[in-house]
Order: sequence, then structure tokens, then C-alpha cells
Amino acid sequence: MPIAESEVSWVEEAKLGLWEQLYIPALIDGLKTTLGHMVKPKITEQYPEQEPKMPPNYRGVHRLNRDEAGRVKCVACYMCATACPAHCIDIVAAPAPTEWQKDGREKYPETFVIDELRCIYCGMCEEACPVDAIELTTLYDLTGLSREQMVFDKEKLLSVFDTTTKAGTDPVRTQSGRLGPASEAPPT
Amino acid sequence: MPPFDPYYLAIVIVALVGGVMGVCAYLTLGERKISAWMQDRIGPNRAGPGGLLQPLADGGKFFLKEEVIPDHVDKVFYLLAPAVAVGTALLALAVVPFGATTPAPDPVPVPAVTPMAGEPSPVQTFEQQQADYQSHFNFVLAPGLDIGVLYIFALGSLAVYGVILAGWSANNKYSLLGSLRSSAQIVSYEIPLGMSVLGVFLVVGSLNPEKIIAWQTSHGWFVLYMPLALLLFMVSNYAESSRLPFDLPEAEQELVGGYHTEYSSLKLGLMLLAEYIHLVTGSFLLSALFLGGWSFFGLESLIKNPILGAVVKLLVLSGKMLGLCIFAQFVRWTIPRFRFDQLMNIAWKVMIPLALLNLIAVMFVKQFGFWLIALTGANILLFLGAGYMGVLTRGSVSNPKRPVTKLPPGLPAGVTYAGR
Repeated sequence: MPIAESEVSWVEEAKLGLWEQLYIPALIDGLKTTLGHMVKPKITEQYPEQEPKMPPNYRGVHRLNRDEAGRVKCVACYMCATACPAHCIDIVAAPAPTEWQKDGREKYPETFVIDELRCIYCGMCEEACPVDAIELTTLYDLTGLSREQMVFDKEKLLSVFDTTTKAGTDPVRTQSGRLGPASEAPPT
Repeated sequence: MPPFDPYYLAIVIVALVGGVMGVCAYLTLGERKISAWMQDRIGPNRAGPGGLLQPLADGGKFFLKEEVIPDHVDKVFYLLAPAVAVGTALLALAVVPFGATTPAPDPVPVPAVTPMAGEPSPVQTFEQQQADYQSHFNFVLAPGLDIGVLYIFALGSLAVYGVILAGWSANNKYSLLGSLRSSAQIVSYEIPLGMSVLGVFLVVGSLNPEKIIAWQTSHGWFVLYMPLALLLFMVSNYAESSRLPFDLPEAEQELVGGYHTEYSSLKLGLMLLAEYIHLVTGSFLLSALFLGGWSFFGLESLIKNPILGAVVKLLVLSGKMLGLCIFAQFVRWTIPRFRFDQLMNIAWKVMIPLALLNLIAVMFVKQFGFWLIALTGANILLFLGAGYMGVLTRGSVSNPKRPVTKLPPGLPAGVTYAGR
């Protein structure tokens, strides 16, 4: 459908007077702007010496959360591995130890491996997780000397939780301390 | 100036070329630093204190990088192009004054009648003048060259061969487009470049930069008499050394790297170096022709010690050159690039007519013996007149902008154009 004439507003190009057509005054105006910026405070972050403060919802390295008892929160439901578009999560589930079963835990991950090189850091895993066991932290400077080093196992992922919690850099999406609804005992 | 001495000349050549290379190297650092400061960044600061060793690192990198010669290039011209570019740029330095200079004495007229017993004969006067001339030290490689500035312009236009050869031999459409643009640009801007300084030559009566500087020390700098010519010369100089806002030959967004797309390693370094040498030569020339060369408001005449005086003059002229180079960098990071038609319009429809009119004004002043200050007025009038014509024709004299007209009412739906 064509645009109605009443909805069209005509804009005239600004008329240039003698001052503007001389070009040099406009040039001097431009130079004033750029030269003014030369003496302004600089915004550069000197990276290795001066670390940037990441926003708390930054999606960096993964961590596996612990519950109050220090156990891995994950219930090995494979939701994250299913949601993962890069297929970088590999979980082997096992029946939970008997003392865990008192709290209603039936399964736990025997191994939980994430290939950090394959991951695209999209955050689908933490969105899929019913118990908020997997989260992306604000750690961004991930380095390794080999591909094998960059495949993180369960202990490594739990240690990421320990370091980030100790440093007080929990991601804002966290609900750590409380198990999600799926891990709670069903109402009787 | 002592008589010709190869060792002495070799020392001067090494000092000049080394100095210019050093200045060029640090201009690259200056370019990065200035762009960084203008954009509220810090700039290179890792190599050495404040990044001062960055040019060394860059130069070393150019030496150590892999030398890639693509299969599809025309090898002879491909290898020749950087040599031509840098060679012509360096050769132009030969007549550029870079410190204290003394003009060679004029020829002594021989009177028809033999002089009387007490007066010196023309031969004696000549020898006296020559001895006086040779007692001064000239900071020029080839002093006393009477076609001085002409020689610089000739070599400056030869520099376009380096660009054309590079673009043509590379067998790459980006390179070819870049070199075609560059040749069109350099050929166009040669004209206002040469024409804007013709007035200077007319007033002084010599093409020799030493004589032009000597004239300015006694009469005042040419920037006072011909500010418009200075502006035209400066703008054409930026275009000649293809610096922003005239860097269309290597517009990254359109042409990848322009004429040096296919070059790598030291050959690329030479191509980039040639541009900076052009900038330095142009700045030296600009300060010699318009800004009084080594004179600085009579400061240099206060110092009686000849060696100290020479050093001060060297510093003054180098300072002017450096100031102009840094100003070029300010301009580079301030003004965006022109479109190609705008570039050609400025050269042919604005700068060449203005330079011609300025030349005519100089001729009038010379012919009728007006005060030189009348030239300043004529220059300002020309400048304002050009601006007024721009206002009258809304920007372009030959291709004025079409005024916006509203569509007549009652057109069928969807019709947006109803003819004029």
C-alpha cells in the first residue's frame, strides 16, 4: 500500500550561507572538536594490568553449582546436553548415593564433561537446567596449552564454582543455596 | 660553502637521508598517537617508554616478514615500483633547504668602460663575492640550483610512476583502480600545486629556494602576502602525498589496500615510506616558500656565533616542517575522505581558477608597482568571492543542486515522480 500524502513530511536540506561555504571555518570547527578530545581523559583499559569489570550477567566459563551440603546440585537429567546447540556437554548418570536419596535425589552425574572449545557460550544450558545447577560465570580469560586441557570435567567445573563464590563474583542469574523445584520432594 | 668535497657531501647526504627517514619513522608513531588521543585512547605504549621504540619494532617487522611475490604479477614492474616510488621521493630532497642557507651571488655586470683605478674590477668583485659565499655553510645538498623548485615538482610528478607501476603490474583490480585514481588525482593536483607558487616566483624573480628565503627575510613571509596561495599549496600538497582527506588511492573501505594491495614485507614499507617522504619534502618546501624558511621573527639574527646560528636556523626550519607535518596529521584525523567527483571538482573548478586569479593579481601588482600588501587584500577577496559563488549556486557552479519540489496533489496512488 502506498504511503498517503498526508503521512509524508518534506524535509528541506539546510541552506549553507557564506560562512559555511567558505569551508575553512567549518574545518576549524572540526579541528576544535578533535583537538579538544586530545586533552580529555582517556578511556583505554590497560588490559593485563588493569582487568575489566565484567557485567554480572556475562556469559563466560561454566560452573557446576553445589547445594548447601556441598554436593553437586546436578540431577543428571540431560536437559542441558539436549539443549546444547554445540553438543559440547557429555554426562554419564549414575544412581545417587543412598544418603543423598533421603533428600529425594535419585540420580547424580558420575562424570560431567564440557568441551570449552566447542562451546559457543549461548547460555542455553543454564536456561534449560531445572535445578540451576549449571551456570555461566564472568570468567572470560580462558586459556590452555592443549585441547585436552580445555575439556573441563566435573571437578574442574565444581572448582570454578568454589573460586567464583569465594571471590563474590556469582552471576546475577544465580539462585545458589536453594534447589530448584524439580529437585524438591513432591508435595504430599 | 666550501668547494666540492666528496667526503663532506657524503656526510651531508647520510645526515639528510638518515634524518628524514628518522622523521618518517616517528611520523608513523605520531600518526598512531594523535589518532589515539583524538579518539580518547592511549595509543601504542608497550615498546619502550611511551611507545617510543614502536617505529623500530615496526621497521624490524617489515624486514623480517615473509616476502610474498604473487604468481600473477608482472615481476619486473612489480619489483621496480617501490624502488621508483622511494627513489623519486628521496631525489626530490636534494634541493630542499633544511637549515641555514645563503643565496648564491648574482652575476657581476661588466661595465662598458674600464673602472677607474680606485674601484675594484668586475673580476675582483666576483672573486670577493664568491669568497664571501663560500665562507657560509649551506644546508642544501645541491645549493645554488636555479631551477630548484621546478626540479622538486618534476620529481614529484615522476612519483606517480611508482604508483602506476605498482597498480598495473599487480594484476589485481583493487590495485589497478587505486593506481588509476591516484594518477588522475596527482595529475590534477599538480596544476594548482604549481600555479599557486608561480606568484611567489614572480615576486622574487627566482626559482631557487635559497633566494626565496633570503627575499622573505628582508620583505616578510609570503604567508602575509598570499594566504590563499599558501592554502592552495597546502591542500594540493596533501593531495599529492595522498593523505586524508585525499587518500582515495588507498581507501581501505573500497579498495582493500589500493595500489599496494599485493605488496608485503619491506616493499610495502617502502611504499608507505615514500608517502611520508613526500609529506616531509612538501612541508620543507611549504616552510621555505611561504613561512620564511629558517627566519623566525629576527630571532636568528640575534645570535652572532656562526655555528650556534646555523644550529638555531636548522632547528627553526625543522620545527616549522615538523609543525606542518603534525598539522597534516590533525587534519587527517579530523576531515573525512572526499568522494572522487568532489575531489576532481575541488581541483578543477575551485583550486585551479583561484590559483589563476591569484597569479593574475600578482601580475597586476608587479606591473603597476602596487604595494605588496594589496596582494593580501586580493587574496582575501578571492577567497570570499569563491565562497559567495558557492552560496549563489548552492555548492557547485557547473552542476547546481536541484531544488526540492513538492509533488502536485491529486496524483494516483503510488506515483512518486511526475516530471518537471
